[in-house]
Amino acid sequence: MTIAQKGRWLVVTGLVMLGGVYVRALAFTPVERFQGLAQKIFYVHVPAAVTTELAVILLGLASVFYLFLRDPRLDRFAEASAEVGMVFAAIVLTTGPIWGKPIWGTWWTWDARLTSTLFLFFLLAGYQVLRGAVTDGSLRARYSAVLGICAVVLVGFIHLSVYLFPTLHPQPIVLKPSKPSLPAEMLLTLVLSFGVFVVLYIGFVMQRYAIATRRAETLHG
Amino acid sequence: MGELVRQAWTIARKDLTLEFRSRTAIVSALVFTALVLTVFNFGRDPTAVSTLDLAPSILWVTFTFAAMLALNRAFQLELDNQALEGLLISPLDRRSLYWGKLLANLVFVAVVEAVGLPLFVLFFNVPVGNALLPLLAVIALATLGFVAVGTLFSAMVVRTRFAELMLPVLLLPFLLLPLTYAVQATARLLDGRPLSEVAGWLRLLAAYDIVFLAVASWLFPYTVEE
Amino acid sequence: MLWAEGLRHAFNEGRVVALDDVSFTLTAGQTLAVFGPNGAGKTTLLKVLAGLIRPQGGSARVAGGRRVIGWIGHQSHLYGHLSVRENLLFWGALYGVPRAQRARQAADALARLGMSDRAEQAVWSLSRGLVQRAAIAKALIHDPEVLLLDEPFTGLDLGAAAELRALLGALRGAGRALVLATHNVDEGAELATDIAFQLRGRFVQLAPRGGRGSAEIADAYRRAVAGGGGGGGGGGRIDG
Repeated sequence: MTIAQKGRWLVVTGLVMLGGVYVRALAFTPVERFQGLAQKIFYVHVPAAVTTELAVILLGLASVFYLFLRDPRLDRFAEASAEVGMVFAAIVLTTGPIWGKPIWGTWWTWDARLTSTLFLFFLLAGYQVLRGAVTDGSLRARYSAVLGICAVVLVGFIHLSVYLFPTLHPQPIVLKPSKPSLPAEMLLTLVLSFGVFVVLYIGFVMQRYAIATRRAETLHG
Repeated sequence: MGELVRQAWTIARKDLTLEFRSRTAIVSALVFTALVLTVFNFGRDPTAVSTLDLAPSILWVTFTFAAMLALNRAFQLELDNQALEGLLISPLDRRSLYWGKLLANLVFVAVVEAVGLPLFVLFFNVPVGNALLPLLAVIALATLGFVAVGTLFSAMVVRTRFAELMLPVLLLPFLLLPLTYAVQATARLLDGRPLSEVAGWLRLLAAYDIVFLAVASWLFPYTVEE
Repeated sequence: MLWAEGLRHAFNEGRVVALDDVSFTLTAGQTLAVFGPNGAGKTTLLKVLAGLIRPQGGSARVAGGRRVIGWIGHQSHLYGHLSVRENLLFWGALYGVPRAQRARQAADALARLGMSDRAEQAVWSLSRGLVQRAAIAKALIHDPEVLLLDEPFTGLDLGAAAELRALLGALRGAGRALVLATHNVDEGAELATDIAFQLRGRFVQLAPRGGRGSAEIADAYRRAVAGGGGGGGGGGRIDG
């Protein structure tokens, strides 16, 4: 099976599993006391946000390796990861307000998760814009790698700064999985959901990577 | 090491000579800063929100835009003069090019800030008082952070289409961090808070500067090699 | 002094071949003239030698590195708002000319190019020919052992071109190595000790000049270009 086919298979599997997680979330997981049914979106929201960050971190790693190895496959992976990351970020940024309106009464709030995801979205958008503006393949790869590394350093710095200076952040701009006080069943649903999102991430990245490879081949051919 | 410093200084001195001889860029930047501060004045309703609440944001938004103007010209200068290729053919160490440009950018932005800060204090009746020295420290550290990353990105952006638009798009997410720290620190300083409350923000700014100076100077050669 | 071995380089994801297995060696006193039509890869070759481009295949080396190379190319590398002298001092500093000698070497270079009276003039106010002369002065300020010249006669009138030829001849005589790329055979033929024809990245001919006149070389060149890669010689090593 080609990468694209494997990717598609994974995505389909992932979506089916996502459906399963949803059934579990809606029917078999207890309803949260204060937030009611609307809290269920949490099981999509949090994993999507964490996956976005995962996409950025992997993008950064691929960028570092690219600068040393100059393998165009690493650049294509970075390109794929960035685009998929943006999709997941968009999911968070749209599901957030949907969740927020019934809970907080406003469409937008500067809570930790939304803020950090918005931030990641801007980083990824900048990355895409840079890629779009450079026509030469190897220059584009090099510039993207530089930006990718800066992005991942920034994300790391934010995390570290919150852990080192906890009192200073009235609105901590970091993603903290809010696990501590979840009952076991909710936690399980959350973990399952996260697993599903990772599967989806891998599937989407594989497909996107295949597209990038095909594009490169067309140019060479 | 000494050679690196000397080369960086040669670059910086050349840039500053050119900048202050033609004066166009620096004058534009100064006028721009004054205009932005004026716009903020007309944009606010003094009865609704106290100036002092807004002041830190006003100052830092202004400085951020001024820094971006400065950053754009750094490598545009080389392109305009068709000299970048010559710099790369010469034995100039790529890192020296980064540090030289960084230094020139810092001086340029410092000049703009040296005019902008008094204007800000004047326009908005800001009670700086004892906080002046710590405030200058905040400004220095934040500016260093802006310019460290900005110098790197401006080298990349100069060879793309729509360079002036691309730089803010790429750079602003990275500036949000030192910007936030600077605004928080400035707010507390103008509020008359003791230095101990501000120290944490200063340390964060310093940490940001160290990390990104290191990363940017390491990455810079990759942006100019062909 | 200068080595190139198996150089390969292509642009646009491999569609435009700029260097195709180019190899040669150059020692002091040799002048290699590379003739070729536009797009043949002459500029790319010079950029690889200068260390500006890392070739995708093969290697090139100049003994002494960037410090000993003087470059004259399409871009003047001069800052418009600085005077000619200020430009020379700047580039001299970058090329490691000690501070004590910088002013004198700048003055020497200016005198050599007949530009002493224009030393304080801002470059933006100079005519194209004078800018080219200033660029040549800049290339010579650090007394380079190797000169890489990309169409150096562009913008020069007949008189200035003749002066440049004389200057290059003197430099070559004084133990420099020169690589001169041009599409105009008449300009470089007399100066060369060795001639190469470059077509689509490949050296289709590489041989010592051997007393041939420029007319003869021009003829061979035309044949090589028309033949699209034929003609004698092939790739090879030339030693001085």
